[in-house]
Amino acid sequence: MASQEVLREGPSRGSLINDPRVRGIFFQALVLVLLVAGVWWVTHNVIVNLTRLHIASGFGFLKGRAGFDISESAIAYSSDSTYFRAILVGFINTVIVAVVGIITASIIGFIVGIGRLSRNWLIRKICTVYVEVFRNIPPLLVIFFWYSGVLAVLPPPRESINLPFGSFLNQRGFYFPRAVWGEGSWLILVALLLGIAMAWFVARKARQRQMATGQPFPVLWTSIALIVGLPLLAYALSGFPLSFEFPKQSTFNLVGGFQVRPEFLSLYLALSCYTAAFIAEIVRAGIRGVSTGQTEAAAALGLRSGSILRLVVVPQAMRIVIPPLTSQYLNLTKNSSLAIAIGYPDLTATAGTVLNQTGQAVEGVVIMMAVYLALSLITSAIMNVVNARMALVER
Amino acid sequence: MQEHDMSWVRTEMALAQPAPSSERGLTAWIRKNLIATTGDAILTIVGIALVAMILPQIINWAFINAQWTGPDRSVCATVAQGGIQPDGWTGACWAFVNAKFGQFMFGTYPIEERWRPIVVAILFVALLVPLLIPRVPRKGLNAILLFLVLPVVAFVLLVGGIFGLPHVETSRWGGLLVTLSLSFVGIAVSLPIGIVLALGRRSNMPIVKLLCVIFIETVRGIPLITVLFFASVMLPLFLPAGVSFDKFLRALIGVSLFAAAYMAEVVRGGLQAIPKGQYEGADSLGLSYWQKMGLVVMPQALKLVIPGIVNTFIGMFKDTSLVIVISMFDLLGIVKQNFSDANWATPQTARSGLVFAAFIFWLFCFGMSRYSMYTERRLDTGHKR
Repeated sequence: MASQEVLREGPSRGSLINDPRVRGIFFQALVLVLLVAGVWWVTHNVIVNLTRLHIASGFGFLKGRAGFDISESAIAYSSDSTYFRAILVGFINTVIVAVVGIITASIIGFIVGIGRLSRNWLIRKICTVYVEVFRNIPPLLVIFFWYSGVLAVLPPPRESINLPFGSFLNQRGFYFPRAVWGEGSWLILVALLLGIAMAWFVARKARQRQMATGQPFPVLWTSIALIVGLPLLAYALSGFPLSFEFPKQSTFNLVGGFQVRPEFLSLYLALSCYTAAFIAEIVRAGIRGVSTGQTEAAAALGLRSGSILRLVVVPQAMRIVIPPLTSQYLNLTKNSSLAIAIGYPDLTATAGTVLNQTGQAVEGVVIMMAVYLALSLITSAIMNVVNARMALVER
Repeated sequence: MQEHDMSWVRTEMALAQPAPSSERGLTAWIRKNLIATTGDAILTIVGIALVAMILPQIINWAFINAQWTGPDRSVCATVAQGGIQPDGWTGACWAFVNAKFGQFMFGTYPIEERWRPIVVAILFVALLVPLLIPRVPRKGLNAILLFLVLPVVAFVLLVGGIFGLPHVETSRWGGLLVTLSLSFVGIAVSLPIGIVLALGRRSNMPIVKLLCVIFIETVRGIPLITVLFFASVMLPLFLPAGVSFDKFLRALIGVSLFAAAYMAEVVRGGLQAIPKGQYEGADSLGLSYWQKMGLVVMPQALKLVIPGIVNTFIGMFKDTSLVIVISMFDLLGIVKQNFSDANWATPQTARSGLVFAAFIFWLFCFGMSRYSMYTERRLDTGHKR
């Protein structure tokens, strides 16, 4: 005790230069000073440059009239709208392509990933070729390939390719029947929401009953009946309000229906194909990470192969899969910014146009960065919640 | 008597019997790998149908119907499109790639000066190959030559302006030359920056740590295009009026900073995997911070994360194709630019050019990933349980 006191209180065990705490404070102070000096220098330069170029800084420009058209917009937009609205349109387009792409990429990725572990030699090889091809090619090249290599050489609208369900494919994109919701169709939506809520409730009750009594309940079929049946019932009760508007051939173009433009189509297909290759590898690693002992133990307990997969393998594989899957979802969202290269008006493209028109380089880039950062943080927050529910609960 | 008995003992091993006929040969392989169960058989049929549908088309397009040489678009266009091919013909237009090959490799680098990039490429290969083969000695010297001397030589040769070499603007560079030089410099710059950032993130000094975390997480949260935008439109504003840098250099800064953030996370993973005892052991030997890191921790940590580093390199190599959005022409950019050449515009041009570019990218990336797997196996010194 006493000796420790002496050591602590005693004269310094060397010069001040060798004290790690003093050094730490010194280096941090140095870094801070350098940083402040750098920021000051940069700010000074920016101010000087902006006054020289006669550009007013600040976000006031967002209220100005945009004056450019956007080919695809989910909300009302015209060239008379504000810059803010133009950027908003781009943001919504980014979200749309990211969400649709994530869903498709996950489906393809899971199929291919499981295919790579198949006992079937042919399936295994096909899936391996898919993964090795797409993993080693830049995503931008895949986008260009769909855009100029496949979709641009489709026949012109007059010779459109007929597809099932009254849809068409031609140079100008993919046309399919548009659903026209008549009066009373809100009932269907209400019924759908009700069905989902009831299915969730039934699943909870069934799990509690199985925990308590050991009696299982056919949750899957009940849920399907609820989620599909209730809206159908509402559809019939409200007098069949849904009708379809089919695309029709006119002299030069297809009229009516819903058009998916080639820009969106190629971006969506390319991002899905590309990211799916990475997801497939993650899924494969996840499933292989579950030791065979688990499968064998489950089989020894008398579970059927479907139940083994559902109750034993997948829950454990998901723990390995989810963290890297999150970063792939983030990658897909960030890669959607490649849209600018083919002219799909996503956030980067619209914000880039605004930036070029107004010369507000600093603000434009800051908006882009902030929005992508926010998107990344939201996605990883959601996936963290999912991960926390999946993670191993240790005692 | 005894001797006679002894003769019963075998002195040679009996030859192994061949496996039962149901377990060997092609039929057994097919039974095991293709039609083990009914489900497997159905999958096999689906797979065969898929291959039979796609593969002949690809082979027909890429080889049998392909046009390998030709003066202009007429060889790759059907009669209706103003060419010589029969209607309904589809095939690769390798003639286009053939005619533009020089551009795809060097961009608009002056033709009489193209020996310079070729010399650089030869030097690069001559220095890289021995570095990659484990048995070749003098790795240190080799690495110094590759990472310190070669960049200087390459800079002098490619840019010129001294020793009687005519100056070549970087705006005239293009094609594979840009792709390779961007990624090589990016790799060489981002690894050290990434290591410093990773050390900073694990440092005990709160301010340093905070700055590193902010930088890494910001860069990782935004797309490369935004970083390139930043480098191309914001950097000029950050500098005093009159100072401007080359577009190529700006792209280089953007790509390197971007890759450095990812590299930092990879290296941090390696640092975390080193047991605490190693740090403490180094401390107890009285090593300074940089000695501890340089001599004890880093060599182990970097070895662990070689696959991650190579993956980041592959990602960066692919990402260099994005410089097209700030109007620089790497391999992909120059291929795309040539689609608009009226002399070669046919429905097959875009597809052929892109498939060619894809093949080049694929070769490099696939090669890198295979080499990383090989290194991983070789360096695997028992960290795995």
